[in-house]
Amino acid sequence: MADIPSDAPQHCPGTASEQAGKTSACQGCPNQNLCSSGATKAPDPAIEEIAEKMLTVKHKILVLSGKGGVGKSTFSAHLAHALASDATKEVALLDVDICGPSIPRIMGLEGEQVAGLSLCLSPRYVEDNLAVMSIGFLLSSPDDAVIWRGPKKNGMIKQFLRDVDWGELDYLIVDTPPGTSDEHLSIVQYLSSARIDGAVIITTPQEVSLQDVRKEIRFCQKVQLPIIGVVENMSGFVCPKCKNTSQIFPPTTGGAERMCEEMNLTLLGRVPLDPRIGKSCDEGKSFLTEVPDSPAAAAYHSIVQSIQAYCLSHVPREESAG
Amino acid sequence: FDVNLMLNCGNLAQVQHVVLILSGKGGVGKSTLTTELALALRHSGKKVGILDVDLCGPSIPRMLSVGKPEVHQCDLGWVPVYTDAQKSLALMSIGFLLEDPDEAVVWRGPKKTALIGQFVSDVAWGELDVLLVDTPPGTSDEHLAVLENLKKQHKVDGAILITTPQAVSTGDVRREITFCKKTGLRILGIVENMSGFVCPHCSECSNIFSKGGGEELAKLTGSVYLGSVPLDPLLTTSIEEGKDFIQTFPDSATFSAINSIAQTLLTSIQNP
Repeated sequence: MADIPSDAPQHCPGTASEQAGKTSACQGCPNQNLCSSGATKAPDPAIEEIAEKMLTVKHKILVLSGKGGVGKSTFSAHLAHALASDATKEVALLDVDICGPSIPRIMGLEGEQVAGLSLCLSPRYVEDNLAVMSIGFLLSSPDDAVIWRGPKKNGMIKQFLRDVDWGELDYLIVDTPPGTSDEHLSIVQYLSSARIDGAVIITTPQEVSLQDVRKEIRFCQKVQLPIIGVVENMSGFVCPKCKNTSQIFPPTTGGAERMCEEMNLTLLGRVPLDPRIGKSCDEGKSFLTEVPDSPAAAAYHSIVQSIQAYCLSHVPREESAG
Repeated sequence: FDVNLMLNCGNLAQVQHVVLILSGKGGVGKSTLTTELALALRHSGKKVGILDVDLCGPSIPRMLSVGKPEVHQCDLGWVPVYTDAQKSLALMSIGFLLEDPDEAVVWRGPKKTALIGQFVSDVAWGELDVLLVDTPPGTSDEHLAVLENLKKQHKVDGAILITTPQAVSTGDVRREITFCKKTGLRILGIVENMSGFVCPHCSECSNIFSKGGGEELAKLTGSVYLGSVPLDPLLTTSIEEGKDFIQTFPDSATFSAINSIAQTLLTSIQNP
């Protein structure tokens, strides 16, 4: 049963929802009896199909935050670039931010749209070993808005996981939107029979961010998603002229370091604010290649190494024995 | 005949103007600017309300230092939380309804839609000059819900769109502009936040998040450019500590920028 059947009313909660058949919007829907009987809440067959697909993907990493604008997409993109710098590794980046897909621009793939909302789900390649998928590729114009409610977003995410021909991958990185809602629940649900290595949580130092990030961490704990560690982004700004450091986003409550201590998590590293990062993203270039000697690039490399080490050391016994 | 409409139509009846704060892009300062604009409007003598419909990341309670107050019900619905005894600034946020501030609101769209419907119609705002509605990033359930419910109750004056200068932001805000056009929501103007950083040590200006994108976006889309607000550690610290920046730093360039935007906004909604 499709998550939103074609004959469903406007505010259909989705056939797999707890409220299926029971909301006021369900009145009069031809599927109401079926939904309220619970028949549509049987496990989605897509979960097993996706698990099958994911057998050829060695490591799956989610990049989460809870807070918007902390640098999830920037980090996801540069994690992908760094992992793909080893030509023997196959890497893919999946952008499930349906409303605000930044990855095409950051990866230099803007303008790779296909005319009209296309069903074409072939990933685009930045390098031979670096594939990217985003709803951005399916939009015909930079002004196109994806004004979709939850159930329709979930359907797209299912398609991305099940119907994109990822092939054999060493790493699949999933960039997410801020929040703890449909996209996050769907990604975790659809990958529930495939093993996710873990989540990298991005924050900035100030409490306004940490407040939201703690909720994301609780979400991960609730759905039993392991947390690889936390990255503190925009961690101080060194003035290029006088070299003094300013804490533009001040760690008034101890920043990510104190949060990690309190929540027993690994602080993977801190990345300073560097105007050249934003510039690289705007131009679709890798900051790691553009400004390789900067403190920010060094911070990124160290963080990526920690993530790789985590992935390689947390392989389940059945896989490592074979 | 909609009985719900009849029962609830009182709650927004004495609210003169309703303005949405939108972006499309996360982390550009919607909540910060909603708070600052509310404080600026209050300073110029207006009675202001803030409705925070960011269910996953409700930031406004902390920014206004209201802590974890109990939310009471009256005959007309929920009583908003006031930041002062004069009741010049009223606030309703889901942050108030959570037992545990670190508790995640892990809800799918339909549940968010239902709560937002209640928030819009069941808060007893009383008399307000302006109600500002802070939203999460995106163009999804929350935005559709708040707009649909506001339209049933009240004329919506329009929306202010917040961006930061760089293309990665304006790229998302363009889509939000399309959302506004498609839903018939008047765009009151675009504000460019984090517009340059002046080093407090040597006064060198660094364009950390690039430059000029807000104005270009306004030109490209035929929207009004309301102005820019710089990156100011004094503002971010103020917001962190829930202090009234406007009272603490009335002479700062940042306050001047925010106040100018507030006054332009007021003129725009009072003379549509």
